[in-house]
Amino acid sequence: MRIELRVEKVSNHKNKTISFFILLSLITLMNSVLAQDKVSPGAIHGNFQGDAQYYNPDSNINAPLVPEKMLMNGYANFNYESEHFLAGLRYESYLHVLQGFDPRYEGSGIMYRYLTYKKDQMEITAGSFYEQFGSGMVLRAYEERGLGIDNALEGFRVKYTPIEGLTFKGVIGKQRSFFNYGPGIVRGFDGELSLNDFLKSWSEKKTKIVVGGCFVSKYQKDADPIYILPENVGSYSGRINLQHGKISFNSEYAYKINDPSFTNHFIYKDGQCLLVSATYTKPGIGLTISGKRTDNMNYRSDRTVTGTLLNINFLPALTKQHTYQLATFYPYATQPNGEMAGSAEFFYNFKPGSTLGGKHGMNLALNFSKINSIDTVNTNNEKGYTSNFLKIGKTIYFEDLNVELTKKFSKKYKMIFTYLNIIYNKNVIQGEEGIFHANIGVIETIWKMTDKVAMRTELQHLYTKQDQGNWLEPLVEFSFSPHWFVSAYDLYNYGNEIKDKQIHYFGVSTGYTKNAVRMMLSYGKQRAGLFCVGGVCRTVPASNGVSFSITSSF
Amino acid sequence: MPAIAQYPNYSMKKLYSFILAFILLASASVFSQTRKLPSVDLKTIDGTTINTSTFNNNGKPMLISFWATWCKPCIEELNAIFENYSDWQKETGVKVIAISIDDSKTAGRVAPFVNGKGWTYDVFKDLNSDFRRAMNVGDPPMAFLIDAKGDIVWQHVGFVEGNEKEMYEMIKLVAAGKAIPTKN
Repeated sequence: MRIELRVEKVSNHKNKTISFFILLSLITLMNSVLAQDKVSPGAIHGNFQGDAQYYNPDSNINAPLVPEKMLMNGYANFNYESEHFLAGLRYESYLHVLQGFDPRYEGSGIMYRYLTYKKDQMEITAGSFYEQFGSGMVLRAYEERGLGIDNALEGFRVKYTPIEGLTFKGVIGKQRSFFNYGPGIVRGFDGELSLNDFLKSWSEKKTKIVVGGCFVSKYQKDADPIYILPENVGSYSGRINLQHGKISFNSEYAYKINDPSFTNHFIYKDGQCLLVSATYTKPGIGLTISGKRTDNMNYRSDRTVTGTLLNINFLPALTKQHTYQLATFYPYATQPNGEMAGSAEFFYNFKPGSTLGGKHGMNLALNFSKINSIDTVNTNNEKGYTSNFLKIGKTIYFEDLNVELTKKFSKKYKMIFTYLNIIYNKNVIQGEEGIFHANIGVIETIWKMTDKVAMRTELQHLYTKQDQGNWLEPLVEFSFSPHWFVSAYDLYNYGNEIKDKQIHYFGVSTGYTKNAVRMMLSYGKQRAGLFCVGGVCRTVPASNGVSFSITSSF
Repeated sequence: MPAIAQYPNYSMKKLYSFILAFILLASASVFSQTRKLPSVDLKTIDGTTINTSTFNNNGKPMLISFWATWCKPCIEELNAIFENYSDWQKETGVKVIAISIDDSKTAGRVAPFVNGKGWTYDVFKDLNSDFRRAMNVGDPPMAFLIDAKGDIVWQHVGFVEGNEKEMYEMIKLVAAGKAIPTKN
């Protein structure tokens, strides 16, 4: 029975793919006809990315055994563009998928392909597409390849701009899930009005106002033998963006009707999320303050899945995304079930010639974020809990105070000083015991030795009494403009309580870049950890080996 | 067992049709060697919408740089350009357009960040990477040079110190109306 089903599925997919190519060919023909009429015939462009790794066994760092020895992820995009038609596809190959990605990425195929026609005020897309309404709190179809996230919608999208300043979007589709689609149907509508473009009398006003709203509904059949689950779940939001000279104010409020799911433990409670942010900025200075309250806002097109799968919405984390390796040890991941978050950030440019700026100027960036639980009272009924909207919960999820100072000493020499103070609740973020408190310091130097040769060094240190103790990492990189770089690092867990675990994770890498082609070859040990982009994370296992990556754009 | 026998067959067919379609399309595009900017909606710092087809520098070169507040080499690139920007502008009239691919997590930081660096570039936000996809940009930084006719004549991925010099050589060629050597 299972085999039969699979054959049917495969042939169905094949038909789809073939019909898609027939359409593509039709466009090509039209294109050549257009060319004869001296209308711009369009062009094909795309890019390719291949990441391969050879894995050495290394039981000391707990690297999992890789029977294939070598794994590779490959992607190639081909996009055709002409004045009114766009078409494209992405061929993906996971043979087999790299360690740290979801193993359900298996095999090769085309899961992203689209045809778009646009003329005047209308744009129609058939096939796969990415989309975001507002800040994405209700709907965001996006890809984050480094995390293996791709929840592109497969269906139709229509964009319509009847008058300047007013835009409508409508979408319907199913979400991609590896080489298949999620079971639920997603339908959405969004409208956005820019008053300054829409009203002639407002076009010159100093105050800019953009308002928007959207409604999204998902359908998934209730096949549960016990619970009566809502099959259609609606979610909507309103947003405003105000700007007056140096001051701006942004806010979005989203609401979702009850949506029992595996991730919220099948409670019948409504969900909501409020995001507010205010900014003051002028040349040389910037200040931004944000707050966010999230309550039961997991929204997926399959109520049984967890992790990063089939999310319809995107709940941005308010924490800073760090780039130094030791600063990325304790990254925060948004908690859609509930969080109270606040953040503030300050930027200042000390101009050259000022007292603190010295001859060549100095930059300061101060950032603080704190995330707690929401305050909840269990109700012992199907709604799960009640929650006071304005009350902050007692549990600390995450806190980060950091400062970054960039000082230029001469035309050739620059230093960046960074300090972070982090509290990380591993229990909440990763589901494992532990609340860690870490202090991290980084000194980076950049020295332009000649017009073409530059040396960059980093000295990073992480201090903590918990987890695996202290870490130290020196890094050195030489670049030979315009084409080459080489770098080496040694990440050393010298503070580990267990002597055997005081491991050196060292690595070397070299890269070559020419115009739109980049190649990189690395050898080294990688520590197990969380790899995050935008508050969404994936766990990466430890590894030891050689990796090669190539990207090219054409 | 039948499923296993079917599978490779299916992949091969799919691959053939894929290659075929590409050859067809490629043959159609032989007519056109140049490439214009795709038209995509972006957000301004004010929050209003702007279409990339309105990008214009009165016949002078434009440099479009994809960056993000979390991308260190991107910031180094824009810093390095900015140190020379006023000279470059005087000599070639070049305009730099910085496209932030920060998503809604970090997009609010863009305006204060840019001011904190003192940059005077035109900055726009590509919140869900639509323009990035249309330009086939993988990991940032990636820069594109646009000539007087609006054609994309050069692109460069990544940044190391000193790359800005090569970039400026290209800008000077384009400003003088010369072709960029294909061998480069």
